[in-house]
Amino acid sequence: MRCKGLILMLSGVLASLAIGWFAFPAALYRTEAQPMQFNHAVHTGEQNGMTCDMCHEFTENGSFKGIPTIAKCTECHSAAIGSTESEKVLVEQFVTPHKEIPWKVYSRQPDNAYFPHAAHVKRAEIKCEECHGPHGSSSTLPVYQVNRISGYSRDIWGRNISGLPSHPWEGMKMDRCVRCHAERHRDDSCLDCHK
Amino acid sequence: MEQTAQSKSRYGMVIDLDRCTGCGVCMVACAVENNVAPAEQKATERTGVTWLRVYPVSNGEGFPANDTVFIPMTCQQCGNHTPCVSVCPQNAVEVDPSTGIVGQIPQRCLGCRYCMTACPYHARYFDWWDPQWPEGTEVLLNPDVAPRMRGVAEKCNFCHGRLHAARTKAAAAGRKEIAAGDYVPACVESCPSRAIVFGDLADETNEVSRLSHSINTFQFLPKLGTAPKIFYHSAKEWVRKMADRAPLA
Ligand code: HEC
Ligand code: HEC
Ligand code: HEC
Ligand code: HEC
Ligand code: HEC
Repeated sequence: MRCKGLILMLSGVLASLAIGWFAFPAALYRTEAQPMQFNHAVHTGEQNGMTCDMCHEFTENGSFKGIPTIAKCTECHSAAIGSTESEKVLVEQFVTPHKEIPWKVYSRQPDNAYFPHAAHVKRAEIKCEECHGPHGSSSTLPVYQVNRISGYSRDIWGRNISGLPSHPWEGMKMDRCVRCHAERHRDDSCLDCHK
Repeated sequence: MEQTAQSKSRYGMVIDLDRCTGCGVCMVACAVENNVAPAEQKATERTGVTWLRVYPVSNGEGFPANDTVFIPMTCQQCGNHTPCVSVCPQNAVEVDPSTGIVGQIPQRCLGCRYCMTACPYHARYFDWWDPQWPEGTEVLLNPDVAPRMRGVAEKCNFCHGRLHAARTKAAAAGRKEIAAGDYVPACVESCPSRAIVFGDLADETNEVSRLSHSINTFQFLPKLGTAPKIFYHSAKEWVRKMADRAPLA
C-alpha cells in the first residue's frame, strides 16, 4: 500500500502549494478601488503629447510634487472635453466642487523611508520607466491592493508573491534600492534613506 | 554619472555657554522639528523625551560668588568608538562615514536600551508610550521626520531631515555639494543669543572648525576618548573644570 501513502503525500504538497500561491495572497491583500479611472496614454500619447513634467512637477526647492492637484486638471477640464464616463466623473465629482482626488499611490513607501526624485531623475537622469514601468503610457489603472497587515501597497513587495519580479521594474523593497546603488558605486548609510 | 562620489564631512557644533541664557527655545524648536510628542501625563524627568535638554548647573558657592551656567546637552555625536554603536545588538545605530552623524534607525531597534546605559552623556531617550498629539494638531507634524512608536530608543541626529532637504535642493540644481547655509539644525536656527555654531568640522575654513580649536573650548568627558563632535566654550574656569564629569543632575 505504498502507493496510497505517496498519493496522500502528493495531495498534501499540492494543497500546501495551492494555499501558498493562491489562498495566502488572497488573504494577505485587500483590493481597493481608485476614486476614478485615469488614462495616461490619452494625455502623454501622440494626440495630446503632454510630457511627464507638465503634471509631475518639482517645487522650487527640488522636492517632488508627485500626483498633480485638481488645479492642474481644471486647467483643461473645467468643462468636459470629450464624452467618456471617466471624464464625466472627474468634472462632476472633483473639478466642479473643487475637491482633491484621493488617489491611492502604488509606489508609496512607508513613512520612515525617504526617497528623493530630484537626485534620481534630475542628477542621475534615470528614466521614470526604470522604476515605475510603463505606468506613464498606460491607458487604464492597475488594480490597487494593500497588505492587510502592514497597510503598504502591494507594489512595494512586487506583484509576484514569491518576491521574484516578473518584470525588472516590479517591487521596491530596500534591497532593490541598495542593489542599484551598489551597482552604481554609491555608498549608503541608513539615514540617507530613512527619516 | 557612473561613479557617484560622495563628499566627506564631519558635522559638529560649538556651543558658547557664556552666551546661553537657558531660555529653552532650542528645546522647543527641537521637539517641534523632530515630531517629539507632548509628554505623557505620567512622564518624569527620566522617561520623557528631550533630544536636547538644557541643564542648569551651579558652582555651589554662596552669595556673592554664586554662579549658574546652562548646559544644552544633546547627542555628542561621538567620533571614536561610539558607545551606543558598539553595544547595539541590532545594528540599529550607525556612524555615517560621509557626515559623521550618528544615526538611530528606530524600525531596527528592539528596545533593549543597552545604548542608553552605554551613553556617557545620557543623551538617549526611550519611547515608553506611543506618541500622541492633541486632536487636530497632527497636521502640524513635520513630514520630513517619521514619528517613532512605543518601545524604541531615539536621539538627536542633527535634524537629518534638513540635510535631506538641502541635498534635494542641490540635486535639483544639478549640484553634488549642498550649500552650507541650506543645512542648519533647528536648535541653531532658533537660538536667540546665537550661542550655537554649526557646520562641517572637516572644512578648515569654516567658523565651527576654527572655534573648535580656539582657547577655552572643551568637550565633555574627554578622558573617555569618545571624541565628541559637540564642543562647548566658556571663559569661566569652573565651567571648563566640569568637563570631566557629565553635567547631569
Ligand atoms: C495630465 C497629467 C499627467 C501627465 C501628463 C502624466 N501624469 Fe502621471 N499621473 C497623473 C495622475 C492624475 C496620476 C494618479 C493616477 C494614477 O496613479 O495613474 C498619475 C500617476 C502616475 C504614476 C503612479 C504613481 C503611483 O505610484 O501611484 C506614475 C509612475 C506616473 N504618473 C508617471 C508618469 C509618467 C512617466 C508620465 C510621462 C510619460 C506621466 N506620468 C505623465 C497625471 C499625469
Ligand atoms: C493640457 C490639458 C489637460 C490637462 C492638464 C489634463 N487633461 Fe485630461 N484630457 C485632456 C484631453 C485633450 C483629453 C482627451 C479628451 C477626449 O478626447 O476624450 C483628456 C481626457 C481625460 C480623461 C478621459 C480619458 C479617457 O479616455 O477615459 C480623463 C479621465 C482625464 N483627462 C483626467 C484628467 C485628470 C485627472 C487631470 C489632472 C491630473 C487631467 N486630465 C489633466 C487634456 C488635459
Ligand atoms: C529610482 C527610482 C524612481 C525613478 C527613476 C522615478 N521614481 Fe517615481 N517614485 C519612486 C519611489 C520609490 C516612489 C515612492 C516615494 C515615496 O513614497 O516616498 C515614487 C513615487 C512617485 C509618484 C507618487 C508620488 C506621490 O507622492 O504622490 C509619482 C507620481 C512618481 N513617482 C512619478 C515619477 C515620474 C514622473 C518619474 C520620472 C520623471 C519618476 N517617478 C521616476 C521611484 C522612482
Ligand atoms: C535604478 C537605480 C536606483 C534605484 C532603484 C534607486 N536608486 Fe537611489 N540613487 C541612484 C543613483 C544613481 C544615485 C546617485 C545620484 C547622484 O548622486 O547623482 C542615487 C542616490 C540616492 C540618494 C542620495 C540623494 C542625494 O541627494 O545624495 C538617496 C537618498 C536614494 N538614492 C534613495 C533611494 C531609495 C530610498 C530607493 C528605493 C526606494 C532608491 N534610491 C532606489 C540610483 C537608484
Ligand atoms: C538605499 C536606501 C536605503 C538604505 C541605505 C537603507 N534603507 Fe532601510 N529601507 C529602505 C526602504 C525604501 C524601506 C521600505 C521598503 C521595505 O520595507 O523594504 C526600508 C525598510 C527598512 C526596514 C523595515 C523592513 C521591513 O521589511 O519592514 C528596516 C528595519 C530598515 N529599513 C533598516 C535599515 C538599516 C538598519 C539601514 C542601515 C544599515 C538601512 N535600512 C539602510 C531603504 C533603505
